[in-house]
Amino acid sequence: MSAVPLQTPASGPLDLERVRADFPILSEVQVHGKPLVYLDNAASSQMPRPVIDRLVRYQTREHANIHRGVHYLSAVATDAYEAARGTVRRFLNAREDREIVFTSNVTDAINLVAHGYGRAFLGAGDEIVITHMEHHANIVPWQMLCEEKGAKLRVAPIDDAGEVVMEEYEKLFNPRTKLVSVTHVSNALGTVNPVKEMIAIARHHGVPIMIDGAQAVQHMPVDVQALDCDFYAFTGHKLFGPTGVGVLYGKAALLEKMRPFRGGGDMILSVTFEKTTYNTIPFKFEAGTPPIAQAIALAAAIDYVKEIGLDRIAAHERELLRYATESLQAIPGVRIIGTAREKASVLSFYVGDVHPHDVGTLLNDDGIAVRTGHHCAQPVMQRYGIPATARASFAFYNTLAEVDKLAASVRWVQKLFG
Amino acid sequence: MDSSQLYQEIILDHNKKPRNWGKVADCTHKSEGLNPLCGDHIWVTLKLADGAIDAIAFEGQSCAICKASASMMTAAVKGRKVDEVETLVQEFRDMTTGKLDVAGGAHHLGRLTVFAGVKDLPVRVKCAILPWHTLHAALTQEAVASTEGDNDPIAAG
Repeated sequence: MSAVPLQTPASGPLDLERVRADFPILSEVQVHGKPLVYLDNAASSQMPRPVIDRLVRYQTREHANIHRGVHYLSAVATDAYEAARGTVRRFLNAREDREIVFTSNVTDAINLVAHGYGRAFLGAGDEIVITHMEHHANIVPWQMLCEEKGAKLRVAPIDDAGEVVMEEYEKLFNPRTKLVSVTHVSNALGTVNPVKEMIAIARHHGVPIMIDGAQAVQHMPVDVQALDCDFYAFTGHKLFGPTGVGVLYGKAALLEKMRPFRGGGDMILSVTFEKTTYNTIPFKFEAGTPPIAQAIALAAAIDYVKEIGLDRIAAHERELLRYATESLQAIPGVRIIGTAREKASVLSFYVGDVHPHDVGTLLNDDGIAVRTGHHCAQPVMQRYGIPATARASFAFYNTLAEVDKLAASVRWVQKLFG
Repeated sequence: MDSSQLYQEIILDHNKKPRNWGKVADCTHKSEGLNPLCGDHIWVTLKLADGAIDAIAFEGQSCAICKASASMMTAAVKGRKVDEVETLVQEFRDMTTGKLDVAGGAHHLGRLTVFAGVKDLPVRVKCAILPWHTLHAALTQEAVASTEGDNDPIAAG
């Protein structure tokens, strides 16, 4: 009889030691001779062994270009790539595989919608609604669209805690409102937006709504049918998968009437110099050789996360966030930016009057990786009157002991700056 | 190296109590310095008289490395001739980008060598250099200096 379970049990609390052993980088990297304390997961998360192995297996035994190939490897790669689409479809509970478009990241997915939907269906005087807490990726593509079309960007305000002021959000809707795009979870503040309610309001006004899920899918189950959003985007590398692959979910009826984003191979049915007939969805949006290996590895990452269980992940991350919030709040002079009632495990903070870049540089001496800066959310920084924050963002492989290290290091920085 | 070696007492002191903070009211030269990476944003104002810096001041919002660098810079260049100042700007730039070994080569940097360690923290080099770029821009009558583009100390090497 084997005394050691082969995998993490499907219920009960996380076996952190086992989970951490799945992530080679956590034990293989030392910084200044100290164990890595990786608290920059909102920027990019680490990759577990099963996902690394999947990438290696693909490149070792399955790689060729997909679609149209009549040879063995092309069929193997095509099957794996299309199976990955199915895995993503189940992960989001979309109705059909063809509602899943592989992109290169969330930025790419938002640009796809801005181009494919926005440029086709918005005109002068039309309005797009976003919130004050958006990442630049969910601001700039819309600004570019507005500039081109003479449309207007409307911004729902946030309060001091970092929550969208819902009455103000609803007030923005009028007959000129043609599109809404809001983040599910704020990368700078950690706020979990009431997207179900926000979608219902958009639906009530008959306006399509896109949800930026870059910071959400790694923390909580997402069901696009239950949410009833029109578009939902997330990225692979924040979900323990590789960089270079993202996902756009779109309702089939919308995707079908949208313009292609990029022209090229694979997005066509036939080409003559007189006329090109576009391919069906989702291929219409996947011009050129897509991130095949990355999509397949993303599916492996989804399988891995499902095996750990998003509910257990959420429970452990809640505990990490609670403990980290308490630990940092207990240090005089530390100010936490973003105190929404519902938060993902993202903690932005300010240490006295020490500039966040000094904080980040010094925490690195203790092997602690945090992000410092405006987090590509300059309007959020402006809202709080600060140039930047230090941000600790936790994944399920982080431990309470790592939170202790963070707090001790912050105390040391504060002492140094006296 | 541990960055705490860079955050020496002298740098922390200048960060806490910056010298020559504010504006030179009757300035003859001024420039604004921006580091988009971390949002460092400073203004340098100075008054030239007889080819030398008669008065100089800085203000703005920045990290400790940038603020201490600006503070020590103003103290170092006050009273100096413009060509001496430009030599210091070049030497400071060479030191922080690793091209000047302050222990070996001849230079005029004096106490400014406390910033030598910044060469081992590539992402912070721009913080230390920004005030010097801004001073150079003021002297050459450029309104705005940036750590990006042609002035990028990393890309330009």
